[in-house]
This record gives sequence, C-alpha cells and structure tokens, in this order.
Amino acid sequence: MKETSPSEIKSVLKRVESSLPAKRASLVPALQMVQEKLGWLPKLAMLGIGKYLKVPESEVWGTASFYAQFRFKPVGENILTVCRGTACHICGSAAILRDLEREVGVKAGETTPDLKFTIQQVACFGSCAVAPVLVANGKVYGRQTSPSMKKLLGRIKKSTSTKAKSKKS
Amino acid sequence: MTEPGKVRLSIDGKEIETSAKATVLDAAKQAGIHIPTLCADDQLAPYAGCRLCIVEIEKMRGLPPSCATNVAEGMVVRTNTPELHRVRKMLMEMLLSDHPYDCLACAKNLHCELQKMAEEFGIRERKLRHLTRESVLDESNAFYSRDMTKCVLCAKCVRACKEINGVTAIDLSGRGFNSIVQPFGDGPISESVCESCGECVERCPTAALSIKKQVWPDKEVSTICPYCGTGCGILLGIKDGKIVGVRGDKNNPVSRGQLCVKGRFGAFEFIGHPARLKKPLLKKNGEFVEASWPEALDYMAEKLKPYIGADRFAALSSAKCTNEENYLMQKFARAVMKTNNIDHCARLCHASTVAGLADSFGSGAMTNSIDEFRDAELILVTGSNTTENHPIIGYRIREALRKGAKLIVFDPRETWLANQAWLWCRQKPGTDVAWINGLIRIILKEGLENKKFISERTEGFEDLKKTVDKYTPEYVSKISGVPEEQLFQAARAYATAGKSSILYSMGITQHSHGTDNVQSLANLAMVCGQIGRAATGVNPLRGQNNVQGACDLGALPDVFPGYQKVADEALRKKFEDAWGVPLSSHPGLTIVEMLNAAADGKIKALYIMGENPLLSDPDLHHVEQGLKALDFLVVQDIFLTETAQLADLVLPSACFAEKEGTFTNTERRVQLLNKALDPPGEAKPDWEIICELADRLGYPMSYPDPAEIMEEARKLTPQYHGISHSRLKGGCDLCWPCPNQDHPGARILHQDRFTRGKGKFTAIEHLGPAELPDKQYPFTLITGRILYHFHTGTMTRKSAGLNQIVPGPYAELNPVDAKKMKVKNGDQLRVASRRGEIKVAARVTEVVNIGELFIPFHFYEGAANVLTNPALDPVAKIPEFKVCAVKVEKAAGEK
Ligand code: SF4
Ligand code: SF4
Ligand code: SF4
Ligand code: FES
Ligand code: FES
Repeated sequence: MKETSPSEIKSVLKRVESSLPAKRASLVPALQMVQEKLGWLPKLAMLGIGKYLKVPESEVWGTASFYAQFRFKPVGENILTVCRGTACHICGSAAILRDLEREVGVKAGETTPDLKFTIQQVACFGSCAVAPVLVANGKVYGRQTSPSMKKLLGRIKKSTSTKAKSKKS
Repeated sequence: MTEPGKVRLSIDGKEIETSAKATVLDAAKQAGIHIPTLCADDQLAPYAGCRLCIVEIEKMRGLPPSCATNVAEGMVVRTNTPELHRVRKMLMEMLLSDHPYDCLACAKNLHCELQKMAEEFGIRERKLRHLTRESVLDESNAFYSRDMTKCVLCAKCVRACKEINGVTAIDLSGRGFNSIVQPFGDGPISESVCESCGECVERCPTAALSIKKQVWPDKEVSTICPYCGTGCGILLGIKDGKIVGVRGDKNNPVSRGQLCVKGRFGAFEFIGHPARLKKPLLKKNGEFVEASWPEALDYMAEKLKPYIGADRFAALSSAKCTNEENYLMQKFARAVMKTNNIDHCARLCHASTVAGLADSFGSGAMTNSIDEFRDAELILVTGSNTTENHPIIGYRIREALRKGAKLIVFDPRETWLANQAWLWCRQKPGTDVAWINGLIRIILKEGLENKKFISERTEGFEDLKKTVDKYTPEYVSKISGVPEEQLFQAARAYATAGKSSILYSMGITQHSHGTDNVQSLANLAMVCGQIGRAATGVNPLRGQNNVQGACDLGALPDVFPGYQKVADEALRKKFEDAWGVPLSSHPGLTIVEMLNAAADGKIKALYIMGENPLLSDPDLHHVEQGLKALDFLVVQDIFLTETAQLADLVLPSACFAEKEGTFTNTERRVQLLNKALDPPGEAKPDWEIICELADRLGYPMSYPDPAEIMEEARKLTPQYHGISHSRLKGGCDLCWPCPNQDHPGARILHQDRFTRGKGKFTAIEHLGPAELPDKQYPFTLITGRILYHFHTGTMTRKSAGLNQIVPGPYAELNPVDAKKMKVKNGDQLRVASRRGEIKVAARVTEVVNIGELFIPFHFYEGAANVLTNPALDPVAKIPEFKVCAVKVEKAAGEK
C-alpha cells in the first residue's frame, strides 16, 4: 500500500457524502467507511468528514481517538497479526512475535517505512485449537513456529516484490 | 407563599428562596454557603465532571452534584457532612495522584484552584501511588502554554472553546486514563484552528493552561477595549505603574467578560511601548526637534491663524478618540476655524451606511442590538468576516448557530462563517445590488412579501417593484455568479423565517456604489417586514471602537452633532447660539476630497488627530503627494506614524488607558472609559490639547473634565440628551436614542415608526465596480482586515505575540492560480495596479476564489492601499477599497 493520495481521499469523501446524511450521527459510520476503504484515517479525510457533517475538527478527532478500531497512520501492504491470547501464549507466540519483529524490523503496532508491512497483535483470534496463530493478510496460519513463520514471510516478500515489478512494467 | 417562578428550599438548615431555574449550587452561593467545585463555571453549561460539589438531598439517592441538580420546592440539602467530606477528599486524592509535584516552581502557584482545594481538604501528602500522564509541553501558541500533565480533565477549556468562542479548537480525546485535551490530530495548538482568545486559559483551574510571562497585577481598572466597534469591557491589570495584563470584565453588558485575542493579549503592550511620543516635535530643516508645549502650541496657533474662515484649513478627527474629543474637534473646526472641513475615517468604512440608512430609515446605525443575534432564526451575513473582525459578535452568531439558527452568507471569500453556513453564496465582488434585487424579485413573484408592513409603514414600493422586475434569477446569476437555485433558497428562507436579521460590514460599504448596496439591503428588510422587531433589522458592524460616536458627535463635514445638517438654517442657528459665533452653512470636504484639494493647493493646512491616512486611505502615492503639498501639517498621535513623519509639528497624545471619556459601540451603546495610568512623558489627552489651542486662537474653551464636555454636547445632540457621565457612572446601560435623563435608552429602532416616519424604498439599478479586471490587470483585489491585527497596525504591531502569529503582509491566492503561476506558499509576489506596486508573500488557499486576491491592509511594508482605487461613491464619498484590478507575478529570484 502507498501513502494515500489526495485523489483517493477525495473519492472516498464523495462516497461518504453520497451515502450518509450530513448529520452528526453519521460521524462514526463515516470514519468507518473511510478506514474500510483506505485502511486508515488520513487527516485530510477526517477534516473532510468534519466539513461535510459540520462537526468541528477537534470533535472528529476526539471521537475517532476514543475508539480503538481507528488507525491514524497508514498500514502496510501486508498486515501480519500475531495472536497473543492465552492459548497461543502457552504455545509460544511470544517468540514468534519477537522473531517476526526482528525479521521485519518494526515493533508490533508499527509499519515499515516503505509501507510494505504492518505488524499487529490481538488478544485471542478465536482459533485456539490451532494455536499459535499467525494471520497474514486475513488468512489464518495455525501451529506456527519461528521457522514456519520465516518461510511464510519469505513467500510474502517475494510476491510483494513481483507485484511491484509487474506494476512498473 | 412563594412568588411565581421561585422556589423555597433549605440548605444546611438555612431557608432560601430562589429562582426555580437555579441549580442547588447557585442557591448555595446566593446564601453564602461554600461548596467546593472544580468544573463549574457560571458561563458554561453544567458538566458534573469533577463531582467535588456533591451534596446530600433528602429523598434523593446517592450524592448528586449540586452544579447539575436543579432546585425544587421543599428540597432539603446538606452540603457539609462527614460522608461528603470523606468522598470529596477521596476524589481530591485521586486528582492529585497523577498531578506533578512541583507547585513551588509552577506558574499558577498561589493562584491554582487545585492547590486551594487540596488545602481546603487538608491534604498535605499523596496517599495513592503516583502515576504520571505523558504529554509534551506545547509552547507553540504565542500567548499561552499547554502542559497537559497538569490537567485535571475538568473540561472547562473544551466547553469554553465550544460554548463561548464557538470555534471548538480542542476536545477531550482518547479515553480512560489516556483521556487528554487535544486539538485536531494531536498537533501543536498553533497549527489548529485556535484563535488564541484565551477563554480556555482564563478558566483553567491549574497550570495546564497558563499565560506566558504571567505577572499578577496589584489592581485592575475597568475600561473599554481600544480596537473594534464591539466595545468589550476590559480590566487593565496594573503593577508598579505598568500594565501587565488584561482580563475580561464580567460586568460589561456587551462582552460579559469574554474577549478576543486582540482585546485580551494585544491591547496593552503598545501602551507602555518605548516608542510612544512623549514631547511635542517640531520639524526644523527636515529634522524633528523636541519642543515645549507652549512653544509648540504658540507656533501652531500662529500658523493656523491666517486660515480662519478661509476654508483652506481642514481637520481629521478620529474614531479612536472619545466622544468628547470628537465633539471638541468638530467644534474647533467649525467655531474656531470657521469651516466644515472636518471628517474622519468613518468616511472610509461606513459613510455609505450613514448616508444610506439615514435616507431609508432616518437613522444610520445598527437597528438592533448585538445580543439579539442570539435569538434570530435566520442571520444573513454579507460582506462581514465577523468572527475575525468583530470576534465577540462572532461568538454571538456562533451561539445562534448552536441554537439552530439558519445562516446565509453572501461573500466572495470562504470565511469561517461561510464555511459553517446553511447556505453560502459566493458572489463576484461588486455585484451586491444585483443579487439583492434578485432576492426581492423572487420574494415578490412568490408572494412572500409582507404586504401589511409595506402598505402601512413604507413608501416608494411601486418604483422598487418596477426596477427589480428585470432582475430575473437567470440575469442575476449571470452577473453575480451565484447559482439560480441558491438565490431561490436564500430568498425563501429569509422571507419566511420568523425573525431574520441582516448583518453587514465593509464588504457592502466600501464600494463606489456602497450607498446603493446599503439601501438595497434596507429594501430587502422592508419588503419582508424584517425590521422594527427583536432579532431582525439591518445591522452594520462598525469598524473602530468609537466610529459610531465620532459620527454621532459631528466629526462629519455636512452635519453637526446628532446628524443635524449644517445647511439647515434653524439647526445652524441653534449651534450659533450655543457656541456664540456665526457658522458656515456649506458642507465641507470629505477625507479623499481633502487630500485631493491639498494636492491641488486648495487646502493649505491640515490638523490630523489620531489617524494614519498614509496607510488607511486609497491610492497612497496620491495621498502622499497631497500631504507633501500642504503648507502646514500637524499630527497629534500616540506614535510617530507613517503620516506623522511627514508632519511639520507632532503633538503627543494620551491613549485610551490614560484618559476619561466615553466610546459609543456599534450598537449605539455609550460606555465610560476609566483612567488607569498617567500618559507617558508630557503627552496629554487630545481634548486638553484642543482646548489649549482654541484658547490661543481667541476662542477660549475651558472644561474641567470630559464629563463637562459631554454636558455641553448632549444638550445639542438629540440622541444623547439623556446620556451623562453621572448616569453612566451610576451603572445605567444606555444605547441611544436616549431623549431625556429618565429614559432607559433604546435597543431596537423603528419599532412603531421609522425615525424618518415611513420607511423609504429606493429603486436601484446594478452598476458594478468602477474598475474591472481586464487583460492587463486580470485579478480582482479585495482588501480587508484579519483577526490578529488592527487597522494600520500602529497598536497591534507593537505586540510581540500578535506579530509572531502574523508577522507581515501576505496575499491570499487560489491554488489553481498558484499552480498556473508556479507559486508556492511563502513565495514573494509582485502585485501591481494602475496606481502602484507592492511585494507580499503568497498564501495559497481556497479561501479566495480563482481570479481573486485578498490582501489585509495593516502592513506598511506591503501596503494594500498603494493599489486600491480612490473611485468614490457619489453620495457617501467612500472609496472603493473592496474591488480593484491588479496583476500578479512571482517576484523572480526571491523567496
Ligand atoms: S484560546 Fe480560545 S480558541 Fe484557542 S483553544 Fe482556547 S478557547 Fe479555544
Ligand atoms: S486543561 Fe485546564 S481547563 Fe482544560 S480540562 Fe485540563 S484542567 Fe480543565
Ligand atoms: S471583539 Fe473587538 S472590542 Fe472585543 S476584545 Fe476583540 S477587538 Fe476588543
Ligand atoms: S489464544 Fe490465540 S487464537 Fe485464541
Ligand atoms: S463542580 Fe459540580 S461536578 Fe464539578
């Protein structure tokens, strides 16, 4: 994923305006809509929502920052989530997370500067039967170990760079 | 029996009768019973956040917060039980648990409410484990610091910003222990929409928000803000003979303690500024040398003597000076110099209002009062950037918006109000008559006019009807650029709302057809009967603190005090009798005419009090020529202004804080000044200087004080008959007209009849600006003012903080134009008109439309008025500051 461009923001704001009434009650749905589309909440998008709904920008921020679900930094093209729930913890998820952080070069909750990877952690993913669990771009990978995680990561890196190449050509 | 609307209750065994609307906290206060509070504020809605104000109420469960609990008949309240004390103490300990422990080094030490409260509960040490909030000190604002580690989350700041200022720059964000007060996006406050009004800082109980360089004063003197026409009450804080700060005066009926950034932070640095004039200055061989008062005044008298009665002398009075001083200045011109050549800067801002509304209604002032905006159902704002130029009136509009009022804005610029409006119509500059006629036509075609009002209270309707007929939506839309649909929306909403109020300012008046614009608005209001009732009317916002008063007291070339025509024999006789000399019957010259006459050698001597035409008037090169052609120029001011530097004699005067007198604000309210300090050096109040000069010219003027001057003035001025210093000192709150000493003054004009009898419709055709963009000069230049500076900057540019926020001249340029010209924010632009050229920094913003440019006129180093067009309105003689054609280029090789 790239840093969101102004035209992308404009188009998602257009969608907000065409599908939600200009009322204060639309604030959270509008924020959700933007995040769903862009993966995060760029400032320009929040300002645009405020302007459309006539909600002061500080209150857009106040509301957005109240909810844990909203992100204020762009996420990477690949989202890797390590489960840190009890079952996964017992099965060694701490080491997996540590090694993943070392491999990718950023901590959980952060995104690489090239916007290729975001690492996250969750409390329990609900797949305790196959603990420890790693979720990569929405797909669940069970019974992970550090070596299997590294293999997976290698595959993802490869496909990302080929995608980038094919895009260029 | 209790009176209606009142209830009886008992607090701590005391029987109390109070308003049914009061809270338990209010009732306790009234009875002198102390309840600890941290988040309650009399001007803010109850919040019930800190819960320190809890009480026990019989038959009520739990411990309700008294600040948010209404009184009820027969209520029994206890405020001081061991249980309450225990809970309050626990709450305090929690508040203190994450508070930094550095009271002795804190800016608010001994002025902190948290500290006071801790003392009250006898808390000397911390019991709970100390937690620290994480937050960076934010010093980015010019006037105050934000240290959120000291925040107790009382939300007073958040509520003040929303409920008082209305800009809502900050909010509580995050949640739980991580809750924190932040501007949008957690950036520095200086990058937010914060207007630096300080309403939050004023209320913060701790040092979470504190004024930089805070000095606590020994005493405070209540007076009136020297800037805009709103007329807010300020308390000048004094320590060791110096003004160290300003607070809002809660007893002032206009502002109720609220202030804007200029009033709170920018109104005092200039007073004690080292550059203040302290001695008369005489120009000898091109250099100023200090002179004594007798020397200076003898010289001046000798120089002026030859011009008595010859109409070759002219005087400029000042909207910055008091009513009493304006009265004396016009009396000096008329009775001593025997000329009506007296004018002041109202010519440049609202001459078209004075002329236009006087002709339509019989009185050239706001028809209603400021507070009424809060009750309007619809507010039509045009040509006024109210939240920047009359900020406290802006607060009132924001209040109305929160109450659900509809706002329609007609403005070429996307001002804050335009941005928030229900309907924003972006007309092309100078097309106002067209859109107003267009609205009137729609209203008539749809039968939305007030027929009863038109037939009973007005005259000239048929002519109007005929004239507006050609202003079809299509035609108007073509002229003004406003879409037809918007014209319909605006017309219907304005006509059908129960109470619609029109508010306008220089965007309407400063045109070569300014009087037409003003009278068109008057037509619109009368067609709909939206005048003569509360929260309706046609309301011009006057620019300077005392521009209303300067007009009222006759600092105008065609009228005596009270708008009594000099050409009217009976009225002239009245003044001749009072002043004991024959007076000239022909109206004098207006400002721009005076300067033209000076350039032509027809005016030889000019006496300027408190004005700076070399920055404020249109086409400055020409102004300079005029001033230089004079034989004798005297400037009486507080600083050596651009104009004063050209003078032959400069007289040092006292500023607003150093004298007594009255100012009349934009809603016709006459307010007293109080002297806080002595003038610096040998500077004197303007009225004293005029008196001493008149004495030397054989017309003794002697008044012991300004109160005595007002005694004379009010007897000659019908609107002021009942307004005396003694009444004002006694606490009377008076808006003119006030015909006698028992009269309470008037908030609403034209209630049962117009001042002139019937309201007069004026049929007006759209003519357009005198100068339109063309191939050579393709841009339209709009000039104006901004929140952070005032007029020619003589006072505001002495404030380090205001200069930090806006250091110098700039031009707003639309991004589309900027892209075409490859101009980036901050690049230097060369802007030229047919009259001159200036250099300013580019500010790329969508606030201005494509093909338009906005430049504030406060800055000498990039003086917008070098460019402006001195084309005059034929009636009011106001110049066209708002529209002229310019060309813009990037200044090569400069950054
Ligand atoms: S200074 Fe005024 S505008 Fe700024 S945050 Fe405080 S209350 Fe709001
Ligand atoms: S900054 Fe001050 S006023 Fe605002 S919530 Fe914190 S303590 Fe209260
Ligand atoms: S609104 Fe006007 S009068 Fe009031 S404080 Fe601001 S500048 Fe002064
Ligand atoms: S603990 Fe990891 S999936 Fe439940
Ligand atoms: S003062 Fe009542 S809850 Fe804070």
